[in-house]
Amino acid sequence: MEYIITFLDKNGLVFAFLITGLIMYFSERISKTLTRGKIPGSAISIFMGLVLAYFAGLETLGKKGIADIPGFSGFEIMGGPMFRDFAIVSTAMGASFAIIKKTGPIGVLSLFLGVIISFAAGVIIAYVMGITDAESLTTIGAGACTFVVGPVTGTALGASSDIIAISIAAGVVKSILVTIGTPLIAPYIGLKTPQSAMIFGGLMGTTSGVAAGLAATDPKLVPYGAMTATFYTGLGCLMCPSVLYFLMRAIL
Amino acid sequence: MLLRGVALLAACFVSGQILGETLGRLLGIQANVGGVGFAMLFLILSQNELEKRGLFHLEMGEGVHFWSKMYIPIIVAMSSVQNVRVAFSNGLLALLAGIIPVIACLALMPLLSKLAPKD
Repeated sequence: MEYIITFLDKNGLVFAFLITGLIMYFSERISKTLTRGKIPGSAISIFMGLVLAYFAGLETLGKKGIADIPGFSGFEIMGGPMFRDFAIVSTAMGASFAIIKKTGPIGVLSLFLGVIISFAAGVIIAYVMGITDAESLTTIGAGACTFVVGPVTGTALGASSDIIAISIAAGVVKSILVTIGTPLIAPYIGLKTPQSAMIFGGLMGTTSGVAAGLAATDPKLVPYGAMTATFYTGLGCLMCPSVLYFLMRAIL
Repeated sequence: MLLRGVALLAACFVSGQILGETLGRLLGIQANVGGVGFAMLFLILSQNELEKRGLFHLEMGEGVHFWSKMYIPIIVAMSSVQNVRVAFSNGLLALLAGIIPVIACLALMPLLSKLAPKD
């Protein structure tokens, strides 16, 4: 047994690929059978990741989730900031300035408003609930943008792992809510044209949630919403650890 | 060709992150300021530039696409190494911070739709 754990730790990254693949496979099955595709597999697998990290934390009393379990140390590499940021940057490919230009100033406005309002709402809630330092408040505000902006901001500002976990959890809640809620609310907010989809993507930002939610509303709207939503994470990653963080430091 | 795409992505990543780190130093904080955002901008700009000159091969794009498809798995791995046990004692905060901003943004939707230019 001992030599197997040593082997798994030595080949940690490859083992992490395998386990993550299994998590995503079962999440996809759960998504299709239990929720009839209403909650996307990606949202379920992220949630399952958080659940696994929770139980691993109970078991090991460590800070690094399942990476604290012997044999699973590779998750620290796969889920670490290097691969994460590398993958996020890659999603920018194909997003063209020409299409964003066509959206006109209103698309850009919705992007900025989406980031700033989500951030402000997140910060206010965190503050009301007793968090007072600028780094933690900024990280949770960033998490209210997306589950990517939160950890990127938190890592950049040196926020603690539990605050980063809250920011991810907030982003995941948002993603699930947008996925489930979009088709339900679409008739009431006039979500039926490409323009409105672009505004929606800009305001909501959570690419996985917007893409899945629009797919359930009207598949024709997906590329428009996803297009602006793609820029949201970049804008959030740009604004949260910089101007919005400085703003928080100035206020506090 | 495949690796050229990965190398292009890596070049954008490194330059963007270093710019972010440098900006952080210049601004006097020990933090990376928007490095990921800059890297994304570099990738979009360099792709557009390469396409204009006819230097962007399909296979180069595949090298980048692989990583954009790895994005969700990596996020899954990332969520599984977080300190969720401690975060769970703040579960209500995460729930509210996920729900309230969505409602706040949705409230703006009809207003912005009115401002949007019609076809």
